[in-house]
Amino acid sequence: LGHDIHFHDKKIALLEAGPRKEYDHMPDSYSNRVSSISPGSATLLSSCGAWDHVCSLRLKPFRRMQVWDACSEAMIVFEKDDLDDMGYIVENDVVMSALTKQLDAVADRVEVFYRSRAVRYTWPLPSHSCDTSPWVQVELADGRRLQTKLLIGADGHNSVVRKEAEIKNIEHHYDQSAVVATLHLSEATDNNVAWQRFLPTGPIALLPLSDTASSLVWSTSHDHASELLAMDEESFVDSINSAFWSNINHTDFIDTAGAMFRSAISLLKPSGTAVRQLPPSVAKVDPESRAMFPLGMGHATEYVQHRVALIGDAAHRVHPLAGQGVNLGFGDIACLAHHLSAAAFNGSDLGSLKHLLKFETERQRHNISLIAATDALKRLYSTTLTPLVLLRTWGLQATNALPPVKVRI
Amino acid sequence: QLSLFRFTLKRPFSTSHSSVDSKEMKKFQLLAHKWWDEEGEYAALHSMNDIRVPFIRDSLLSMSNNYHPGNPLSGIKILDVGCGGGLLSEPLGRLGASVTGIDPVEDNIRTADRHKSFDPVLAKRIQYKCSSLEEIVEESMETFDVIVASEVVEHVADLETFIKCCSQVLKPEGSLFITTINKTQLSYVLGIVVAEKMMGIVPEGTHEWEKFVPPEELERLLESNGFSVRTVKGMLYNPLSGSWGWMESTSLNYALHAVKSGARVRSHATDAPSETDVQQRSATAGTAG
Repeated sequence: LGHDIHFHDKKIALLEAGPRKEYDHMPDSYSNRVSSISPGSATLLSSCGAWDHVCSLRLKPFRRMQVWDACSEAMIVFEKDDLDDMGYIVENDVVMSALTKQLDAVADRVEVFYRSRAVRYTWPLPSHSCDTSPWVQVELADGRRLQTKLLIGADGHNSVVRKEAEIKNIEHHYDQSAVVATLHLSEATDNNVAWQRFLPTGPIALLPLSDTASSLVWSTSHDHASELLAMDEESFVDSINSAFWSNINHTDFIDTAGAMFRSAISLLKPSGTAVRQLPPSVAKVDPESRAMFPLGMGHATEYVQHRVALIGDAAHRVHPLAGQGVNLGFGDIACLAHHLSAAAFNGSDLGSLKHLLKFETERQRHNISLIAATDALKRLYSTTLTPLVLLRTWGLQATNALPPVKVRI
Repeated sequence: QLSLFRFTLKRPFSTSHSSVDSKEMKKFQLLAHKWWDEEGEYAALHSMNDIRVPFIRDSLLSMSNNYHPGNPLSGIKILDVGCGGGLLSEPLGRLGASVTGIDPVEDNIRTADRHKSFDPVLAKRIQYKCSSLEEIVEESMETFDVIVASEVVEHVADLETFIKCCSQVLKPEGSLFITTINKTQLSYVLGIVVAEKMMGIVPEGTHEWEKFVPPEELERLLESNGFSVRTVKGMLYNPLSGSWGWMESTSLNYALHAVKSGARVRSHATDAPSETDVQQRSATAGTAG
């Protein structure tokens, strides 16, 4: 918003709980918190000039994504026909640094309060002929007071803004935690493929960071996650390799059924079955890089209220299996910025519900289906029950063979 | 005797030559506190901002060369006649203009003043005055770049006087923006019967069909008083979505943009230029010879 031409005269305050993060060049080791940035999100970042900084720091584009089942041979491969990048794996710190640089460029319009925390919000009364200020009052921990026409809550899935605004949140804690780590591969490779395998305990994913390193995101039960963190490095690496390579969850029945279906497809659609590539094997893990965090799903019943808007994880929280969490947030930002910019050019009051509701409708329509689908996939792949495995095996194989469906995904 | 004289001079405009209709004033007095309820009685006027503000903004931008990002109307002085609670003055102020809003109903001005007082930027850019158009003519000759009279001309008592006053306070080549309702069978059925009596889109009794103004008549009055009409566009309200849009036909609501002619307009517009020309020529002929 600071870079938007219609916001030239406006004042924006950003309350950031963490410290300022800016890097001129990245340290040698990779951070274990990474995100998969979609091309759409990259466009948003480049529209405010941040993508150039990301590129000059470091990122890894990937061209292909292979997703397969632990219980069968079924597999689906995503790649763009024109060999364009499907997405980019970027460390979160890199994105933060790029954004910090761009915030500095509009420091006359955007004031960032680092290490600040809001302790109290005072909402405007709905009555229209009241004598108190109709704006939102924010009191900070250090005693400073701010007042604003529009408060945007981007404070994560435990959003205080959302709670204080009394917006109900539908949430569900998965019995899973995600284990993240930075891994070093056994041998250098092009490493432009993202790998994900659905184990009965949860999906394990390998996201490329460079020709020799990848980032691990392994969603599994809380107990297993703690075990993984506690074990020594060699055992940890062994667990990862066996998770990707072992076939112990296969049953003859499923294998045969799967093979039959596959030959049926190749009769109907010869190009419908792709070649299965083998994921790289892991040699070692970065010593300090193992960490875990709990997973859940959440969706706010409302994204907006008079003078309040929620974006990102404050509005919706999703399982990492689709790698879409941050991209949904970027989508929210692009949409809200678009509506606010148009409202500013019309001279409207920025906190007015009229355009905020347009943002809410547009994003809820987009987000709800993706969140529901991700949740459904997570549940579908959490089981070893034969009928469900068969269903999803055939489903996956069929989807792999049908270009229109794949493109939609 | 002197004191009597002063007393009668105090209220010169309460009699026949006013464009303010006292019956109309009473109607608006009753609803003065409802202006800023975006979903209340004035909801349709709030959503009208979505088309009338861009209309005014874009017409003015296309006529000027300066563009200040974030403040497209900066440096422009606007008079909002019949501003009511300030629904249109505020967005224009936010876009950078210096706005003077006038309305004959005191309660409206009080509501407007209070609402703008919470916004430090608007509080400086907008000034409200409880007054009719005639009352400010003398002190505001050729002061304003733009006059906006939105949903007003269907409430005035004497339209020609109103237009003459507009011309007097407007700078040469200044713009006049009017939105109002056409006088047609359709506007009676939809504008009064449906909008007021049936659906409550407009508070009942707000409008009288007799006072609706057809665009042809408005254009005639404007052209004969020194204005040239640039644009006339039909407007349509969709009650289901609560939003306004443009339409080809002006048989219901319409918006109009006129520009005051550049030459200084005297009361006998047709005579003046040729007379002075002749005088000048004879003067120079005299000195040359």
